[in-house]
Amino acid sequence: MLGKLSWDAVPFNQPIPMAASMFIVAVMLGVSGLITWKGWWPYLWREWLTSVDHKRIGVMYVLLALVLLLRGFIDAIMMRTQLVIAAGNAQGYLPPEHYDQIFSAHGTIMIFFMAMPFMVGLMNFVVPLQLGVRDVAFPVLNATSFWLTAAGALLVNISLVVGEFARTGWLAYPPLSELQFSPGVGVDYYLWALQISGIGALLAGINMVTTILKLRAPGMTYMRMPVFCWTSLASSMLIVAAFPILTATFGMLLLDRYVGMHFFTNDGGGNFMMYINLIWAWGHPEVYILVLPAFGIFSEVIATFSGKQLFGYRSMVLATLAICVLSFMVWLHHFFTMGAGADVNAVFGIMSMIIAIPTGVKLFNWLFTLYRGRLRFEVPLLWAIGFMITFVVGGLTGVLLAVPPADFVLHNSLFLVAHFHNVIIGAVLFGAMAGYYYWFPKAFGFTLDRRLGAVSFWCWLIGFYLAFMPLYVLGLLGMTRRMQHYADLSWQPYLIVAEVGAVVIFGGIVATIAQLVVSIRTRDRRRDLTGDPWNGRTLEWSTASPPPAYNFAVLPEVESLDAFWAMKQHGPVKPPDQYQSIEMPRNSPNGFVTAFLAVVTGFAMIWHIWWMAILGVACALLTLLTFGWMERGEVEISGAQLAEAERVRLRREDGA
Amino acid sequence: MTSGSAGGPAPVRIVVAYGFWIFLLSDIIMFSALFATYAVLSGQTAGGPSGRELFQLRHVGVETLCLLFSSYTCGLAILAIERRRMREFYVSCALTFVLGASFLGLEISEFVGMIARGAGPSRSAFLSSFFSLVGLHGIHVSAGLLWLTFMVAQTATKGARDFVRRRLLCFSLFWHALDIIWVALLTLVYLMGAR
Amino acid sequence: MRSFSLVSSALAATCLVAPCRGQGVLDPQGPIAAAERLILLNATAIMLVVVLPVIVLTLAFAWWYRASNTRAAYQPDWSYSGHIELVTWAIPAMVVILLAAVGWIGSHQLDPARKLQSDARSIRIEVVSLDWKWLFIYPDQGVAAVNELVIPTGVPVEFVLTSATVMNSFFVPQLGSQIYTMPGMATRLNLLAGRPGDYPGLSANFSGDGFSDMRFLVHAVPAADYDSWLARTREAGPALNADAYSQLARPEGNAQARTYGSVDPNLFERIVTPTEH
Repeated sequence: MLGKLSWDAVPFNQPIPMAASMFIVAVMLGVSGLITWKGWWPYLWREWLTSVDHKRIGVMYVLLALVLLLRGFIDAIMMRTQLVIAAGNAQGYLPPEHYDQIFSAHGTIMIFFMAMPFMVGLMNFVVPLQLGVRDVAFPVLNATSFWLTAAGALLVNISLVVGEFARTGWLAYPPLSELQFSPGVGVDYYLWALQISGIGALLAGINMVTTILKLRAPGMTYMRMPVFCWTSLASSMLIVAAFPILTATFGMLLLDRYVGMHFFTNDGGGNFMMYINLIWAWGHPEVYILVLPAFGIFSEVIATFSGKQLFGYRSMVLATLAICVLSFMVWLHHFFTMGAGADVNAVFGIMSMIIAIPTGVKLFNWLFTLYRGRLRFEVPLLWAIGFMITFVVGGLTGVLLAVPPADFVLHNSLFLVAHFHNVIIGAVLFGAMAGYYYWFPKAFGFTLDRRLGAVSFWCWLIGFYLAFMPLYVLGLLGMTRRMQHYADLSWQPYLIVAEVGAVVIFGGIVATIAQLVVSIRTRDRRRDLTGDPWNGRTLEWSTASPPPAYNFAVLPEVESLDAFWAMKQHGPVKPPDQYQSIEMPRNSPNGFVTAFLAVVTGFAMIWHIWWMAILGVACALLTLLTFGWMERGEVEISGAQLAEAERVRLRREDGA
Repeated sequence: MTSGSAGGPAPVRIVVAYGFWIFLLSDIIMFSALFATYAVLSGQTAGGPSGRELFQLRHVGVETLCLLFSSYTCGLAILAIERRRMREFYVSCALTFVLGASFLGLEISEFVGMIARGAGPSRSAFLSSFFSLVGLHGIHVSAGLLWLTFMVAQTATKGARDFVRRRLLCFSLFWHALDIIWVALLTLVYLMGAR
Repeated sequence: MRSFSLVSSALAATCLVAPCRGQGVLDPQGPIAAAERLILLNATAIMLVVVLPVIVLTLAFAWWYRASNTRAAYQPDWSYSGHIELVTWAIPAMVVILLAAVGWIGSHQLDPARKLQSDARSIRIEVVSLDWKWLFIYPDQGVAAVNELVIPTGVPVEFVLTSATVMNSFFVPQLGSQIYTMPGMATRLNLLAGRPGDYPGLSANFSGDGFSDMRFLVHAVPAADYDSWLARTREAGPALNADAYSQLARPEGNAQARTYGSVDPNLFERIVTPTEH
């Protein structure tokens, strides 16, 4: 009746997982209890859970990312603590079967459920506003994408309470992830969670590409698009091109595990190197899916707070597209040590180095944007400068790893771990945090606390160097990744420093939470009445903070790059005498319901509860057909309503 | 450097078709991952039967004709609805459905025959990749038939309205894409494999 | 912020230099490892030529162009200079050309499959990764060892490697290049120990719960000691036949080092290509 599921799946006899499970359950019960007690469910359902507004969906993405940042960080500090203790003959407090789950979950969560939703969320919120349009191309699909991502995240966290997570690392290489070596449900949790959220990511990518290529304000030609839109376009195109490969690859591993096929098995003629090739054909572009939007954020932030146009806009666009193309030609550098010939290794090594050229150009362009600027050291600019310095170090070690003979001694070591944290934290996370602070007032109408923002930045920066510089050294000393304990006592001091670094980073996370709480409590003092708190350059600052559901009462006319800056130079645009009515899509529970059914089906497949899986798929199909049949129509906002809203907004701006 | 965007957002029909094209592109990429895997694994028979022993080109030829012809009738259906010739539309849709269903029936009978002689998907890496690649195409065709039925019902009840015609346009794009994938599949799997 | 970043980069620099004295890849004990360290240092130096000025310029610009500095120039509309753009594309391109040369030559000279030039006759060792231990077979000498590898100094060693379980990576940091061990496939690796000593080796690719204990020790000894080790091993140890191998192949954590006095000569072949059934 319940497949493989039984009470044994709940870790009653293991104190640490049990405590974590209880904590998660308690938090979820607490939150839903509070919502019920306050009677917020109808509001939540109407305004958020069924919302198809790109801004709300963006906010929910970022919220999801912040929550899972916390989860991923708890995993991280548990690992660091284990490695401080488990030196010499000591085994530490986490046995291998638990430790292995933690590092697998940490990587999976941080990439798929922290970095991805953070970036996709910021794109969702910002891109339509920067393009000067009212929504993305497919608003209901957009909500579905988000909820599918959330569904994947939920499944990963369910694994904490019911069953186990994968013990195979964040990419689940076979044959270790095959049934023969991983018979438990851990790998199945991993696969189903990522299949579901991967489809969400793919749909989000399709949506974003269509939006940017087909929906832009009048006059916004390609070469007048803000750089963040360009990098979002590049990132989304990579999603469209890379995620289907991931879906196919995981699909094959699922077939191996569920129906005994032989794609990647040791027997039956399977070839697991095929998996490793395919997963990196997705995995390397994935790196750029994450980092390109961050580059876009830094371009916006540096230009805005330098009070200058971005230097070398054309170069920037060209470099972005070059990275986009090159990212598909370098996947083999993730396994130089498999013994391919010297020619193959050398070609892929050189291709990888070539990516450093457009990346270097970007760095120089930011540098020359600072040059002869008038720098206002607001929090986003701090993140940007911290990024520029940290990122060149990460770039250096990255190019080092692209030299095949150097990789032969550094591959899979803690040097590699330090390198990718150097770029993922130094570029992606710093970028996300800069974007979060920069666009927060646009989303909510009040600014975040500046002092706590600075505290958060300094903790992250200092904590990062303390936590990861020692790992570079340990890699050179020959310490490899994913060790649960080690014999060499001379490694311990470095690991202690790294632990201190992790604690400092925790300070940064606490500061971010405190910043949010303090800012909300003092929001009346920090209202942004103008809609343009930073003296911005792009169209999102030309509308109110927070923007109305329809973003712009009249679509702006774009005449140049940095369209809003140009408008400010030419003096205020005269409001029209009459407003044309507009139609906005109606809210839809489609996304939420689909994601709910995805969780049910995924859970059923993981535990081999076949009737439930069939029921889930049948319901999903029924939902699709039902929503396809219904005509939801649109909400019309009349010209008179628009005129009134605009009058209020302009008066408020004048008063500010 | 413009694409009509100088005049602002594109009309809905263009946006929908464009978005659906990009979806099809991603679908084709998913197929190419399976094609690549098939190319690598097609020789790995693990002592089991190879393509030469299993494939019957006559059978596959009939399948191909069904699918190609259904693409033609699907095209006729779209032309018909654009001109509001409803009877022609329904007849073309019916033909498309019958041809698609025949294709699927033939494919299923091929699969059943292979499994019956011990050449199922878990026999060898070659057969795993064969069944997955051809089967995924088959699942797409099944989804297409379901979609077609749905669209005919919707047209019958709601008429040839804008959103109905947009969806029919997407359906036809989908159906033609399946044809293109089948041609690649026929060449790589059957024609090259039967030699 | 500025002073901190300087401190941290100085800290990073000292950390990079400090372990030269310890073990690991910066303390090479053979020609392969030495060449790889050289490439590591050269490539780093080439890049630092650009990276250090970029860091300094970033900090300098950030400091000088702060809004409160009234002496700093401000050009809000300056956003293009053909000359500067040319330079910004040229500098990384030139660095990459240099590094590409280093990478191309290095990839060929240090190809793991490439045999080493030496007057001494090389020895062949077959390596099998098991759950979770290493089996070393000396096919020409007819002995085998688990989790310990005795090799003569100054003699090229030709490793042929596979896995009887999941993928692992054979790595002795002080001797140089690592290489994957993969089920159903055989990879090649050529190494040489220049000086006598005990060098730690490990698996560098995660392989399951017992992975952390997949360590072994390489004893590089003078030729005479190597011969006497062979003689001792041949006399003392049990035989590694089919039974003993299936016993050995069972998953086991923290396996003890042991030796076998004789070994089935086709064992390695059979592990690489198991008969299908």
